[in-house]
Amino acid sequence: MAFRKDLLLISSWIESNTKVLDLGCGNGELLKILKKNQNVRGYGIDNDIKNIKDSLKKDVNVLQIDLDNGLSEFETNSFDYVVLAQSLQVVKRPKELIDEMLRIGKEIIVSFPNMGHWSSRVQLLTKGMMPITKNLPYTWDKTPNIHLCTIKDFLTFCEKNKYRILEESITNKKQKSNFLIRMLPNLFGEIATFRIK
Amino acid sequence: MNDNNSIGLAKPKLVKIDKKLNLESGKILDNYQLKYETYGVLNANKSNAILICHALSGNQHAAGFYENEEKPGWWDNMIGPNKPIDTNKVFVVSLNNIGGCHGSTGPTSINPKNNKIYGSDFPLVTVSDWVNTQKELMDYLNIPYWQFVVGGSLGGMQSFQWALQYPSLIRNSIIIAGALKLTAQNIAFNEVARQAIMKDPNWHDGNYIEKGVAPKQGLALARMLGHITYLSDTSMKEKFGRDLKKSKLNFNFDVEFEIESYLRHQGEKFVAGFDANTYLLMTKSLDYYDPVKNLDYKIDENLKKTKSKFLVISFTSDWRFPPKRSKEIVKLLLNSERDVSYCEIDADGGHDAFLMVNKDYFDVMKNFINQVCDGI
Repeated sequence: MAFRKDLLLISSWIESNTKVLDLGCGNGELLKILKKNQNVRGYGIDNDIKNIKDSLKKDVNVLQIDLDNGLSEFETNSFDYVVLAQSLQVVKRPKELIDEMLRIGKEIIVSFPNMGHWSSRVQLLTKGMMPITKNLPYTWDKTPNIHLCTIKDFLTFCEKNKYRILEESITNKKQKSNFLIRMLPNLFGEIATFRIK
Repeated sequence: MNDNNSIGLAKPKLVKIDKKLNLESGKILDNYQLKYETYGVLNANKSNAILICHALSGNQHAAGFYENEEKPGWWDNMIGPNKPIDTNKVFVVSLNNIGGCHGSTGPTSINPKNNKIYGSDFPLVTVSDWVNTQKELMDYLNIPYWQFVVGGSLGGMQSFQWALQYPSLIRNSIIIAGALKLTAQNIAFNEVARQAIMKDPNWHDGNYIEKGVAPKQGLALARMLGHITYLSDTSMKEKFGRDLKKSKLNFNFDVEFEIESYLRHQGEKFVAGFDANTYLLMTKSLDYYDPVKNLDYKIDENLKKTKSKFLVISFTSDWRFPPKRSKEIVKLLLNSERDVSYCEIDADGGHDAFLMVNKDYFDVMKNFINQVCDGI
């Protein structure tokens, strides 16, 4: 699998010589670049044994923990950044998790696929069926994604819970922006990434 | 012995350490001997040595076969060419800890002070004492540091203790089915096991060898009890269920269920090769271990000092040292900002799962070890 471009954006938001906790770290790609290029002390969390094995191959610290069971292993304010890259939609209690992330990290970075993208809207409107897109390739009964949201949903969610957004990036899945995305992010953006305090 | 991935014939060696050993209890052993085995080759820059620490009933014979024996060493599925602990890449050292009964100085050895068998005179030894003797063996073998120290259960405690006691002489600590300390329930099981031994009419205050007997009934009971705690409800159900030896109930107290027969067999088999004083000593060593409370170990200071990485592995069905015990180790290491990885292997085997073949478990071990070996 080619390198995930969204992780490059996230790594560019992380300062060197810091401490990072990566939730849903997958094969450990992000932590590997951070360790190599930015001297970051990182720990990944994943609950899939395959991802644990892959991360170990990359010489990345990885802990097998179910995010839905909370993060009591971690002390308050013990990390500079807590990252949740494209996994917000799979957790049972998104608000509780984000609160935990804010407790543990000085800043958090959250990214997710935008359910408000026009391709999803068109599919639902024309076919009358749950959308299946490149970013969200599962049928409704097989999807691990139980908390999908649009960019607008997320902004409302942040406002309601008083999460302070420091920076945001709305792009297509190649991590590029364009005129349409800038004009109508919730309609044309595919991946949304937020830095929150 | 047709296994291509076997190290083949294993040859135990003996070293006499002519150096005083100050034990944690305050007692002193003037000298002692260690029985050990090695597999593989120490590389030119001596960076590939791996120490295997055994658990309660283990010994130096971890892999390969003894001449004229069909049963391989106790961790033969893990250690050998192309196995997770790959003897093509690493130099394996496995010893019998002091206090043991397989050739290292212990309760069945002769006490040089009175030329009598130690028996119950053999001092209680601790995890920390063992680490000190393992350090002597390391020096004797001209190994500058351990690239890995690996152990399951009580062996995991030794692996952890290495990082505290010799923080600069260990690079990777692998702690499998371990715990920082025993719970009241763990100690309770150990106490019943000890009582079973010490209430045996052949106990003779621990000096049974002189009398030409052994507290076999008690030791067998202790082992049977222990064995139950090493298995899981699921694995017992799968292996035995309620199967009967004969087709009907007999309404007496003979062996009727398969599980009864199995446990008795395990007890009898164990008694033939194990010493009761060693069993008592091993359980005490487990009970005493508490590196957080033991201020002599300076846990915070030493954990900050060590460059060792840690791999902590637990098994879902292990109720003797369940995953939450391993997570306590992980939490401590996270607080000290050490490099640590943790995984919880889905396995039905209970505590003994650490001795069984399991693809996920073996892949995790392999990936971790290979990744280190690629860099040395």
